[in-house]
Amino acid sequence: MAEFIMPSLGADMKNGILVDWRVKPGDQVKRGDIIADIETDKGGFEVEVYSDGVIDRLLVEPGGDKIPVGTVLATIASATEQPTFAPAQSTERRIKASPAARKLAAEHQIDLSRVSASGAGGAITLADIETAIKTATQEQINPPSAPPERPKASAEGLRKAIAAAMSLANREIPHYYLATEIDMSRALAWQEEYNRQHPISERLLPVVLLLKATALALTRIPELNAYWVDGKPVIRPEVNIGFAVALRGGGLITPALANVDRLSLAQLMSAMSDLISRTRAGKLRASELTSAGITVTSLGDLGVRSVFGVIYPPQVALVGFGRISERPWAENGAISARPILTATLAADHRASDGHLGARFLDTLDKLLQEPEKL
Amino acid sequence: MTEADIRTLIFEIIVQIAPEIDSADISATENLREELDIDSFDFLKLLIALSEQLSIEIPEQDYERLISLNDLVTYLKDRLSENKT
Repeated sequence: MAEFIMPSLGADMKNGILVDWRVKPGDQVKRGDIIADIETDKGGFEVEVYSDGVIDRLLVEPGGDKIPVGTVLATIASATEQPTFAPAQSTERRIKASPAARKLAAEHQIDLSRVSASGAGGAITLADIETAIKTATQEQINPPSAPPERPKASAEGLRKAIAAAMSLANREIPHYYLATEIDMSRALAWQEEYNRQHPISERLLPVVLLLKATALALTRIPELNAYWVDGKPVIRPEVNIGFAVALRGGGLITPALANVDRLSLAQLMSAMSDLISRTRAGKLRASELTSAGITVTSLGDLGVRSVFGVIYPPQVALVGFGRISERPWAENGAISARPILTATLAADHRASDGHLGARFLDTLDKLLQEPEKL
Repeated sequence: MTEADIRTLIFEIIVQIAPEIDSADISATENLREELDIDSFDFLKLLIALSEQLSIEIPEQDYERLISLNDLVTYLKDRLSENKT
């Protein structure tokens, strides 16, 4: 029997609130299906299931108190297991209700599983059904104008979560920092030509080239795409990049762009647009908060020249990009004005050394000199 | 389409991108991105929406001319006029 637990959406998360179930006992689920909504300090998230099977039991009622990370919320029977719940068609029989209540509920098509019970031993009474009928009638007269909004991050809660994660990072991770300047002439010229040939809705932003180059560099220096777990680095099998997205109410979230090394630039632009939009709308999936092996933060829009970030544990590196600005650049004995980017690496000295970090930045630079190959 | 119509359309799109912004607070002459505190992604979203709703092309090389709200309104008005002729 598989267990569906309150997930940890980061080293800083201690608990969460179950907002709603999207399934009921007896429902078939497959890996990746969203079965619950939860609320954390970072906002509301959809939570997927990680195994195929049949929902056996829902162990926690939605809307209650904060539930510690790791608490079993539901059990899922695999195809070969016999679910312990009563078969779906007999679900109602498990619900305690008086005969009169059942009769009235049936007459008014009231779903007993959705009625609050006030009787002895949790039984539904006739009065409970009458209340449910009144509520249903009221909803018919005044239908809700829109489904309830999923909770978004409160500025205070988000600040608390960031504070916890960053304090942990600075306490436990011995950071080292490296920086390099990258001539972006070729990359920007290539991007300009690409954008000239595409309608505005398909154009690329420079950060897309930076993300792709970072992903390809990580395939060559995989030690930086890793988690520090139990005193040793564990290299991540996929190149999932956490992309820092600033929220309009303040704070930031770093959801993951999946398999960035395998995406074309157009696919990456589309994936990034979708991710940023959903992050700001509070519509992220829980797995998107936990699957990044490294974080990229780009503050160039704000005119920042260099970014010296704090690594998000258990990751072992963070790449920062500043503003691409015209600066004097010497090459072949001549000085000219070029669009220059300062790229920085914050890395965990327990997992890597400066030599490796320097190789990463050098690889990144080389990749950006051949944008057509990204 | 008048300048006022264009301005209204811009505000309608801005409200979707930055819901907390009061259009009355937007200076017509200051840097729009700074006024709205939006990044390059949201600015591109604004231009995509304008391009689609007004059925005009906005070449990338023109982005640097679109600094303030007034710049944007004037630019869009000119582009719409070009489309007519």
